[in-house]
Amino acid sequence: MLGFLIRRIIQSIFVMLAVALIAFMMFRFMGDPVNSMVAETATTEEREAVRERLGLDQPLWVQYGRFVARAAQGDFGLSWRNARPVSTLLAERFPATAELVLVAAGLSLLVGIPLGILTALKPGSLSAQTLQFVSLIGISLPTFVTGILLILVFSVWLNWLPSFGRGTVVDIGWWSTGFLTVSGLKALILPSVMLCLFQLTLIMRLVRAEMMEVLRTDYIKFARARGLPNRSIHFRHALKNTLIPVITIFGLQLGGLIAFAIITETVFQWPGMGALFIQAVSFGDVPVMAAYLVLVSLIFVVINTSVDLLYAVLDPRLRADAARAAH
Amino acid sequence: MTLLTVEDLTVTFPGRRGSVNAIENVSLSVEPGEILGMVGESGAGKSMTGAAIIGLIEPPGHIAGGRITLEGERIDTLPPEAMRRIRGRRIGAIFQDPLTSLNPVLTVGEQLIETIQTHLGLSRAAARERAIDWLRRVGIPAPEARIDTYPHQYSGGMRQRVVIALALCAEPRLVIADEPTTALDVSVQAQIIALLRRLARETGVAVILVTHDMGVIAETADRVAVMYAGRIVEVGPVARVLANPRHPYTEGLMASIPRIGPRPDRLAQIEGAMPRPHARPPGCAFAPRCPHRFAPCVERRPELRGTAAAAVACHLTTEVPA
Repeated sequence: MLGFLIRRIIQSIFVMLAVALIAFMMFRFMGDPVNSMVAETATTEEREAVRERLGLDQPLWVQYGRFVARAAQGDFGLSWRNARPVSTLLAERFPATAELVLVAAGLSLLVGIPLGILTALKPGSLSAQTLQFVSLIGISLPTFVTGILLILVFSVWLNWLPSFGRGTVVDIGWWSTGFLTVSGLKALILPSVMLCLFQLTLIMRLVRAEMMEVLRTDYIKFARARGLPNRSIHFRHALKNTLIPVITIFGLQLGGLIAFAIITETVFQWPGMGALFIQAVSFGDVPVMAAYLVLVSLIFVVINTSVDLLYAVLDPRLRADAARAAH
Repeated sequence: MTLLTVEDLTVTFPGRRGSVNAIENVSLSVEPGEILGMVGESGAGKSMTGAAIIGLIEPPGHIAGGRITLEGERIDTLPPEAMRRIRGRRIGAIFQDPLTSLNPVLTVGEQLIETIQTHLGLSRAAARERAIDWLRRVGIPAPEARIDTYPHQYSGGMRQRVVIALALCAEPRLVIADEPTTALDVSVQAQIIALLRRLARETGVAVILVTHDMGVIAETADRVAVMYAGRIVEVGPVARVLANPRHPYTEGLMASIPRIGPRPDRLAQIEGAMPRPHARPPGCAFAPRCPHRFAPCVERRPELRGTAAAAVACHLTTEVPA
């Protein structure tokens, strides 16, 4: 297990180095940075002086090395737009996105898995067929459309929930949370519903398909032949076998949630990292874009490694393989 | 008292081209402690008979006629929950493939203990003791340590021993063993059959042993029922049926077992193939392949005649005095 973990961490470092290279190259796509830093009338000597002061005269790999070393310490330089450290900007925005994604992910699991089980156990029933039909809508409608529809119904017509923003937030250290106030919680509902809808339907359909597959296996038939109660057969014998592929997809989709959060944050003017990124793109604010890229990649890598470790918890066969591989 | 009686059992599968009878008018009985072998080729209805007895026919298949009686109580009409309590507790089942019969994510102990607790209402500790005891009885070495390991850590033969322990751990009176050795190596097959026979003798459990292997039947069973095209064509004591088969199909089956000795030019076989369930001839289903076929065979279906212990369904034995 330890050997497996170490191997995964080494792989992750290489992935992050590659991502950092792409982020670093972004700065060069925007043209010579010296042009934007000196006056238009500056002489060649003045330009060279600036270039030397910024270390831009050095070979590319030295510049890359310095970028990686600083990035590893969380230093992505100053935002070109508002001249504040990029790391501070991201830290301010991170809690909003994290809370939104967390609630959406939780909703998709807590609602998606039970609905999937329900539709798998009673495939012919009216409720199962209705759910299957509704889930098709959920999976095919673009999220920005559902978001706008949600605003129309619950904010404009019914006037129950706010249509934008985070409501009142409470600061706990550097983390600002919307969980502790009523307006904060109310503000979370519509964006997280919009964000989770696609995942929820995906998980529901996946659980349904996997569960039906598992219920046909010999070990389920043998469990029935031993007279075990249905409750145990469904939730103890079948569910655990169902969850292994579900976790894979969920891990991959969790990264997708962060990516989709850009759209949700735009629709609901949610002050998160996604909204920050969209602003950065429109202003050509490369340090912010680079830092966002690196941060999101890091989250992806961490999630995928955790998912691989979770397999071992669920599937004893992999536990043994990992132990053998470690020797 | 007779342990199990099956009378005139018919299992039907509705289909687009009309319904099809997987088994028709099957009658058999099992005495306490007896081993009844069931032979026949694939699709003859051996496994379906077993599934009907244990109440686990895959829908849309269902019992369309007949009755099943266990220790004097009719069980084919019981509601699902009552039937569930019978499965495992009074009728056990052993499946064919030990590699797929055990749940990969639960330990052997968890599966045994749950089965014991479901039926015998013991405390967890007592159930665990009993589970270890069962693993020892089926010949698992160091059961105290092995009980907490997962099925993939066992070999195929060891897993089949675990399957047997699972089938017997709630002390049923009857166990239906559906091809219990087919998926195993030949050397392991003999061990599993010996184990099954020893446990049957020790616990007094009756066994319906479904197989297509006449060797296994000869070694293990007290009586044998031969099935062909969804019907029982002959029942009798193993020694008598093997030495002196009365039904032409049984005769052909016996003749097709290769024997050690001078190598024949070609292996004996029964010409033709068993008719599919929706294309059975109106008379005797074996008539098209039968070397002794005569007029009544294509007109009327022969009834199974004789005593419950020994009977045959063939016009030869009734129309023409032997």
